[in-house]
Amino acid sequence: MPIIMIFYYLITAYLVVLLAWNFVREKKKTEDMALYLLVLIPLVLRILRLK
Amino acid sequence: MKRPGLVKAVLIVLFLIFLIQGGLRLYRHRHFDVPVVTGPGVTRVAHLSDFGPGLKGTMADTLVYFLDGTEPGGKAILMSNTHANEPEGLLAALLMLENAVVEKGSLIIIPQFNNSAGRNTRPGDGYPLYFEIPTDWGLKTFRMGNRDASPLDQWPDPDVYIHYPDRQLLSYIDARNVNRTWPGRPGGPLMEKVTFAAMEIMRREKVDVAVDIHGAETMFPVTNCIVAPEKSNRIATMASLTVKAKEGFDSHVEPSPAGFRGLSHREIGDFSDTLPFLLEAPIPFLDQPTGPKTVKFLLDGKDPFLLSLAQKKKLFVAYDASGWPLEKRVGQHCSVTLEIIRQYSKKNPDRSILVRDIPRYAEIVQNGVGHYFHDPSRAERDRIYPN
Repeated sequence: MPIIMIFYYLITAYLVVLLAWNFVREKKKTEDMALYLLVLIPLVLRILRLK
Repeated sequence: MKRPGLVKAVLIVLFLIFLIQGGLRLYRHRHFDVPVVTGPGVTRVAHLSDFGPGLKGTMADTLVYFLDGTEPGGKAILMSNTHANEPEGLLAALLMLENAVVEKGSLIIIPQFNNSAGRNTRPGDGYPLYFEIPTDWGLKTFRMGNRDASPLDQWPDPDVYIHYPDRQLLSYIDARNVNRTWPGRPGGPLMEKVTFAAMEIMRREKVDVAVDIHGAETMFPVTNCIVAPEKSNRIATMASLTVKAKEGFDSHVEPSPAGFRGLSHREIGDFSDTLPFLLEAPIPFLDQPTGPKTVKFLLDGKDPFLLSLAQKKKLFVAYDASGWPLEKRVGQHCSVTLEIIRQYSKKNPDRSILVRDIPRYAEIVQNGVGHYFHDPSRAERDRIYPN
C-alpha cells in the first residue's frame, strides 16, 4: 500500500473517532445523533476496505 | 430528551444493520469469482503480474490465457473489461476463451483486464451488482463492475491526472481508468502498472494485433465502430466493409485521435510494433436519459426514453423497439475480432493466425450468448479458473 494511501486511511480513522466522539457527547438532539451515524457509514466501510 | 441512552441504543442498532447489510453485499461482490471453463484451445494460463511484478498480490492482478496453435504464426491479444461496466466485451472474450481452437499462431486473452474495476460497483447510479445469462444448463452469474478501478486499490485520486509520458492533463478520475493510463510504467500508480504489464506481453511475445473490446452509449458519437490509428486503419476498414457486406451489420471506422493520450488504440501503436484496434458496440444501459438501470435493460437494451430520442434523431445508432440486445453486441464483437484477424492474416501470410470454433454474429443472435458457455459442474476441475 503506498504511503499516501496509508495517510488517507489515518485521516479517515481520525474523522471516525471525531464523529463517534460527537455522537457520544450529544445528549439532546436525536437528529444530530442520527446524522453522525449516517456520515460514519461510508467512512467505516472504507476503513474496513469494503467500499 | 428523557432517555438519551435508549435513543442512542436504537440508533446504534439501526447503524449496525445498515453497515452489516450493505457491507456484506459489497464484500461478497468484490470477492465473487466467475468460474471460467477453459476450452480445448487454452494451452497455458499465466498472471499479468508475471509480466509486471508490481501487480503481484494486488487486486489488479488478473489471469492471462494463452491459446497456442500447433503451427507457428502471428499473435493476437484480446482484452475485455477494460471498462468493467461494458459486459459485452467480457462475454465475447469468455465465449472465445471457452470455445476457440487456434490452428496457427497464438491468441492471448485477458478477459478481466481491469480486475479491480470488475470488483467495483456504482450504487450511486443504481447499477445492479450482478447479472445472469440464461444458458443451456441454467443461469450463469457475472459481476457487474464499474468503469474505473476501485478506490480500495488505488487511492487517493489526484486533482488532475498527468498522463505518463506525455504529461497531458486528464480528468482526475482517469487515474483509475485503465484506458487512459497506456502505455504505463512499472513504478506508476496501479493502473499504469496494469497497462505496462500488458505492453510487456506485447513486446516480449511479439504480438501482431491487439483488440480492446468495449461498449459505448448510443448518444456518444464514438459508438458501433472500430477505433484505429493510422497504422491499423487499412485492416480496420477492410474488416468494417467485410462485416457489412457479408454479415449485414454496421461497424464503421473511427480514426484514433493523435492528440488524445493514454488510450489503448493510440499508445499501443505508438509504443510497440503491435497494431491496435478498439471495438465499440452500442450499450443503451450506459446512456444517461433512460429508465431504471435494471438487469433486464442491461441485457435487452430496450428503453422508451431512448426510443423517443431516436425518433428525434438524437442517437448515433439506429434504434427501434427491439433495443440493442446483448446477443447483437457480443455477436458484433466476435465477428469484427475474427475479421480483423483474418484481414491481418491475409496481408501477412507469414504471420497469419488461424482460429476456428468461434461463433459469428448470426449464430450468436440466433442461439443466444449463454448457449456457448460450458457447465462448470460438469467440466474437469483443472479446466476451471475462478476469474
